[in-house]
Amino acid sequence: MSAAEVKADILAGTKDAAARAGIPALSADEVQQLSDIIAEPSRVVSVTPGQEVIVTDDGCSMSFYAGQDSGGIGIPMSRLQAILTYERACAADTTSMGHSDYSFKPVKSIINYEMNEYYNASMMTTAPFFYGAQPNLGLYFQPDGPHPNPADLLPRQKIKEAQATQEAAAEQMREDLVFVGKKLSSVGCEGLNFDTCGSAGDADFLAALQAVADLKKATPNMPVIMGASGEFILGMHGELTLNGKQLAGMYPHQQAKVAEAAGVHIFGVAIGTSTTKSVAWNIARTATFVKETVAVAGIPIHVNVGMGVGGVPMMEAPPIDSVTRASKSLVQIGKADGL
Amino acid sequence: MHIAHIVASGMGGIRTAGDLVAWMQITAKMKITEAKQYVADKLGIEIIDLTDEEIMRQIRKERGIGVITSIAGGPKGMRAKLNISELLNIQINSVDLFKSEMGSN
Repeated sequence: MSAAEVKADILAGTKDAAARAGIPALSADEVQQLSDIIAEPSRVVSVTPGQEVIVTDDGCSMSFYAGQDSGGIGIPMSRLQAILTYERACAADTTSMGHSDYSFKPVKSIINYEMNEYYNASMMTTAPFFYGAQPNLGLYFQPDGPHPNPADLLPRQKIKEAQATQEAAAEQMREDLVFVGKKLSSVGCEGLNFDTCGSAGDADFLAALQAVADLKKATPNMPVIMGASGEFILGMHGELTLNGKQLAGMYPHQQAKVAEAAGVHIFGVAIGTSTTKSVAWNIARTATFVKETVAVAGIPIHVNVGMGVGGVPMMEAPPIDSVTRASKSLVQIGKADGL
Repeated sequence: MHIAHIVASGMGGIRTAGDLVAWMQITAKMKITEAKQYVADKLGIEIIDLTDEEIMRQIRKERGIGVITSIAGGPKGMRAKLNISELLNIQINSVDLFKSEMGSN
């Protein structure tokens, strides 16, 4: 791409985000700054000294021993070895563990096993050590769960029935999140990561928010990180609210505020990468959402920057030049508190 | 890919002061600038020094909060976290549990 093409894509990307969410686009200075980052001649780029941020993760230690489907590299090592390797060999700011299935529902039935693993590892870790899993409301619908599936009901125009089954499933999921959270807190959990919240829509997001509020009362000394699943809360139910605010249709700057109100300690914004657009377009678009979210939130904002989110290309092994350009841009232009 | 972000934008974990700043974000909900300033003040250094390996290694060794390389008998894990919670004046759930098990809480 030529320099002019890069700048044109940056302008188009930021305008897209601004128009969708009703937020300010990047300024002319920021567009130029981003253009300069994209055009840096080095393969790997980085933030300037003093502007470093905290890098949290969503089960990164699992990538050491997991398979391709989890982006894993398949080294035969234990969970404890992976956790400590990530903390010490990779110099990570925080570390974490999670169950291979990485959803709260399957964790519930093996919670004693997870409590033992967490407790043992927490004796050896020095950096903040999280337990992560996804709320994942989809697992509560048939055939994986007990509740009628709204994806079957909605095409048959059974709107009220689809809403009712989501509400029932969400209540069960909320109870599971709180159950697992309380159990982990009892063995000294230093932080819980609700990862990919809202993946099944507004009922999924609501249950996670309510579970955070429940846990803030039951386990006030256990911080909770909440990561979003997308830039836009899907209205699979459509009429759910929290504190009078409709959840469906919320963009990152609005998601962060309801998360903050629920008691979340760090909120992770997730902006999908468009596979038909350039890296410059995607980073500009992400930075626009992030900048506004950081500006309005009273809690730290970390940006999800894995494969296919946060301006990072949607592929198994994203090129290092693209990853580090997204990284630097979201910190220096988006003003993120972490990644 | 996490490693790329750690190298490009991270604070360096226990290699420098990344874990300490992270503790302030997760326990006190501090934004990045406030968290860095808090830790820098506690350590008596400037923000720019928080990611300086030479400065932070010496500080970490003196304060008993763990260093990146393995020193036999040196504080790491829970022993380091006990000192971190006192240094930063924060409550860490695992540390509180450990203290209660030891009868010191």
